[in-house]
Amino acid sequence: MLVGLFIPCYINQLYPQVGKATLELLEKLNVEVVYPSGQTCCGQPMANSGYEYESLGTCTNFVEKFKEFDYIVTPSGSCAYHVKKHYDILPESEEVTKVRNNIYELCDFLVNVLKVKNVGARFPYKVGIHKSCHGLRGLRLGSCSEKVTETYSYIGELLNEVTDVEIIELTRPDECCGFGGTFAVTEEAISVKMGKDRVQDHLDNGAEVITATDTSCLMHLEGLVTRNKQPLKIRHIAEILNSIE
Amino acid sequence: MSHSKAASIFNKDEKKVNWHDKALWFVRHKRDKSTHTVAGWEELRNLGHGIKAHTLSNLDTYLIQFEENALKNGIQVHWAADGDEHNRIVHSILKEHHAKKVVKSKSMLTEECHLNPFLEADGIEVIDTDLGERIVQLAKEPPSHIVLPAIHKTKEEVDELFQEHLGTKPCDGDPQYLTGEARKHLREKFIQADAAITGVNFAIADTGGIVVCTNEGNADMGAHIAPVHIACMGVEKLIPKQEHLGVFLRLLARSATGQHITTYSSHFKKPREGAKMHIVIVDNGRTEQLSRPDFRASLHCIRCGACMNTCPIYRRSGGHSYDATIPGPIGSILSPGKDLKKHSSLPFASTLCGSCSDVCPVKIDIHAQLYKWRQIITKETPQPFVKKTSMKMMGNIFSKPMQFNKVGGIARWSLRNLPKGVINSKPNVWGKGRDLPIGPKESFDTWYKNRKKDE
Ligand code: SF4
Repeated sequence: MLVGLFIPCYINQLYPQVGKATLELLEKLNVEVVYPSGQTCCGQPMANSGYEYESLGTCTNFVEKFKEFDYIVTPSGSCAYHVKKHYDILPESEEVTKVRNNIYELCDFLVNVLKVKNVGARFPYKVGIHKSCHGLRGLRLGSCSEKVTETYSYIGELLNEVTDVEIIELTRPDECCGFGGTFAVTEEAISVKMGKDRVQDHLDNGAEVITATDTSCLMHLEGLVTRNKQPLKIRHIAEILNSIE
Repeated sequence: MSHSKAASIFNKDEKKVNWHDKALWFVRHKRDKSTHTVAGWEELRNLGHGIKAHTLSNLDTYLIQFEENALKNGIQVHWAADGDEHNRIVHSILKEHHAKKVVKSKSMLTEECHLNPFLEADGIEVIDTDLGERIVQLAKEPPSHIVLPAIHKTKEEVDELFQEHLGTKPCDGDPQYLTGEARKHLREKFIQADAAITGVNFAIADTGGIVVCTNEGNADMGAHIAPVHIACMGVEKLIPKQEHLGVFLRLLARSATGQHITTYSSHFKKPREGAKMHIVIVDNGRTEQLSRPDFRASLHCIRCGACMNTCPIYRRSGGHSYDATIPGPIGSILSPGKDLKKHSSLPFASTLCGSCSDVCPVKIDIHAQLYKWRQIITKETPQPFVKKTSMKMMGNIFSKPMQFNKVGGIARWSLRNLPKGVINSKPNVWGKGRDLPIGPKESFDTWYKNRKKDE
């Protein structure tokens, strides 16, 4: 099994530690993993802004770089969702279909392909899980509060096995953080308010750390926590799962 | 005004935003509690979706069947292509009956057609009899929510409004007193009314009857007293059979307020002895929406309001920020079909979190439709130069890995080395309320390459 690692553009440039943690974690689990050079972005920032047509070159580059792999793993639910859901703008081909079928968000890959839950991590903190929306309601990485279904959460199942971690229940279990790509800028007031409320929910329930499957949500929340000097640490789930503190 | 502008004005009063958010979240929470006790809830949603899809695909047949049956029952049926025609029809019916005083129970369709000002221009008094509707009518405001029209008003504001218009005593917003006074005021109006106008929640093709759901019984009160009952409905209100109500009444009440059933589900099938009953069937852009494959499912909507209650943006921006008859997520996919330019900011008033689609009792893929409208809007309406160019540039950079690395390097350097004051200054909207990340020295890409070299 050969896995291609996709590191989304903003993680690559701004949060390389999340990429490193993902890679190291997969290697620890004896996965043969390659980071194909020349990868850039999945095309989501343009497409969600209404410029799908400007993202064609980006999507083509993505397929080109990842078509050889058995699986594509990425520490981002929203990028995986974008490839799965919106790559119908590319002409249908075996390669495109293969890439769309084989892309997995990290937690999804661990739980459903590798079938591991205990990755041997230790993280002695109180952690609140922010369930990033595209992963939750797009990829169905967990049950959402709107639907009447069985309760499950891949990120929760993994975190549960981490030694010494305490998972904090939130008052609103799956409210959006307000990032939303260009929404964060075009609807600045609401975006910031949503983020503030999300942070407050974590504080009110005694979390020391906020984690999520998506760095984009976390970048937004971190921006607020830093600006408002709040006592919260922000960690991507890959960083926690790769941690042996 | 764009949604974001209106929303940022609404957000100047953070306390009010918190209050609005909590009030609506409370309703969403009640909805959760009542739906989670129905084991087959998801199956009910599937049925609701399926019946609506089937009806819309056979709309012509069902409309004609409905008309035939309604006529047989002694109801007069009228057809209106648009809002103007609807208003003229209602006006002419009222004229024919020399009606000067009209009571109306909640109908979003008549809001959509702007019926009230049309009738008032001819000296006809129209009183909205739903308490929330009456409140916004007195305040001369449009409803801000389709089920809870005055949800943006605090009880203290209602207190003041009633003092001014109904001559009530100051009461610190005591809900019981205020409701009692509203009740007295409205009873008067019901008794005096020459005609009653109601909306329609469901029109049943195989019986020719209609069902109106209210919690206050005001539709019944109006229709049972006045000598003329005019029911106004959009073409999409149709369901094929009476038994389908078993699906929709359950979906509607639970989704709207968490009730198992609305207090009054009133069935009207024929005129009372000596009274007249009219039904006005309105298109007003609906068949056009039906012709758009990507957006036709928006016509499934049973107007429960759940997508508004769940929407984190709606809760924090208020219904008026949408500047449309139907606000919130469903409004944001309906309105662009009516006037793309005017409503072009609405599909962007979303993070595409998808909560609306999962809460919707008839499974409208609202967030997917928002995404699709975005693709159309950027092509068909003028876009800010900066947005257009930056998207093009982004597209270019991301298709060429070399360029991506270069640009990324510059960005990281800037974040690391420029003073915070510069980074978070004016043109950077992000930085108004949030810090930007500290740019790391090395991108993942560079780290990975160096690591490989070392191995
Ligand atoms: S779109 Fe769905 S959730 Fe929203 S009002 Fe209509 S039926 Fe209710």
